Amino acid sequence: MKNKKLKLLWQLFSSFFKIGLFTFGGGMAMIPFIQKETVEKHHWIEEKDILEILAISESTPGPIAVNTATFIGYQKAGTLGSVAATFGVILPSFIVISAISLFLKQFMDIQAVQYAFAGIRAGVVALVIKALIKLYKSCPKNLMSYIIIGIAFIAAVLEVNVIIIIICAGLIGIASVLMAKKEGKR
Amino acid sequence: MIFLELFITFFMIGLFTFGGGYAMIPLIQDQVLGKGWATEEQLIDFIAVSESTPGPFAINIATYVGAEQGNEALGVFGRFLGSACATLGVVLPSLIIIILVAKFYLKFKTNKYIAGAMKGLRPAAIALIMSAVVSMGSSVFLPGVERITDISLSLFTSYDFITAAVIFAIMLTLMLCIKKIHPILLICMSAGLGVAAGYAEQLFVR
Repeated sequence: MKNKKLKLLWQLFSSFFKIGLFTFGGGMAMIPFIQKETVEKHHWIEEKDILEILAISESTPGPIAVNTATFIGYQKAGTLGSVAATFGVILPSFIVISAISLFLKQFMDIQAVQYAFAGIRAGVVALVIKALIKLYKSCPKNLMSYIIIGIAFIAAVLEVNVIIIIICAGLIGIASVLMAKKEGKR
Repeated sequence: MIFLELFITFFMIGLFTFGGGYAMIPLIQDQVLGKGWATEEQLIDFIAVSESTPGPFAINIATYVGAEQGNEALGVFGRFLGSACATLGVVLPSLIIIILVAKFYLKFKTNKYIAGAMKGLRPAAIALIMSAVVSMGSSVFLPGVERITDISLSLFTSYDFITAAVIFAIMLTLMLCIKKIHPILLICMSAGLGVAAGYAEQLFVR
């Protein structure tokens, strides 16, 4: 019994280690690997569960990769399982970035690298705009959304604390549900 | 104490970002740039590094900033301790919240307050990323401009501005036309164009 549990914990850790190692850029890029490891190989979850797990990961704070790992780990083996899966998914990043951080600054001093990064910065702005367009497509499109986008944008440009903006937006959303409920009762 | 500060800062970043990935950029700008742990340019460079290395962006940047700040405080041992503190900090809110959510899975799924909060949080995330694009864009295309009055016409005709604008336009067009194009490929092409433009300036313009 104990051995079986240990084996499951090890499988969770090593599967999510692989997922962390082979995903570049994080987020949605992970989905194919998660499917392969958790649905096809280990049968921990079913195909249709993936969308639901992603929705939960997106509606809770934190990186999607970590949220998904924690959730599947918990479902399969409780709190220990969630810790094993989470450590698995972050360990590759931790090791690779720790190694890179040793020489990144010296690397940046090379003339050709500086030219390269001048180009890369322009490309990265384009990448972020692409992500923005994708997110906008999944956003509800109604008057309230547009007003929140407008006000939050102005507040952010005026350098209002980001955490305050996020809390206010969440409260407005909750208030809108409560008001809709009152209207419904009348 | 820098290690506690790293842990708390990245704990806040983990706690207040919804949607992961680039949705984290505004908060990271706010916290990491605000504390002087990195410059806007370094942050953009790091987004590129993070796209080309395995793992989620949030973990990568936490590990990197933690390593750099820890190194300044305590050398090699500080490097490890700093990256561990920052990474644990950014992961811990997820771990705690998801364990709770998994426990009360069905209730969470149908909770109208959570659905309501999301109605406000989604548009806010979009606005925050828009403002991140504005500040990233100004540091990439118009470096050194602090106020609107600093902007002059000569900035827009400088060699640096034109090359950056051209690379940006090419990459955005490629991405919009080819849906499945890999970010790493785009970064490599941007790098190649950047190197070409840099040496071309040395040869012909100067």
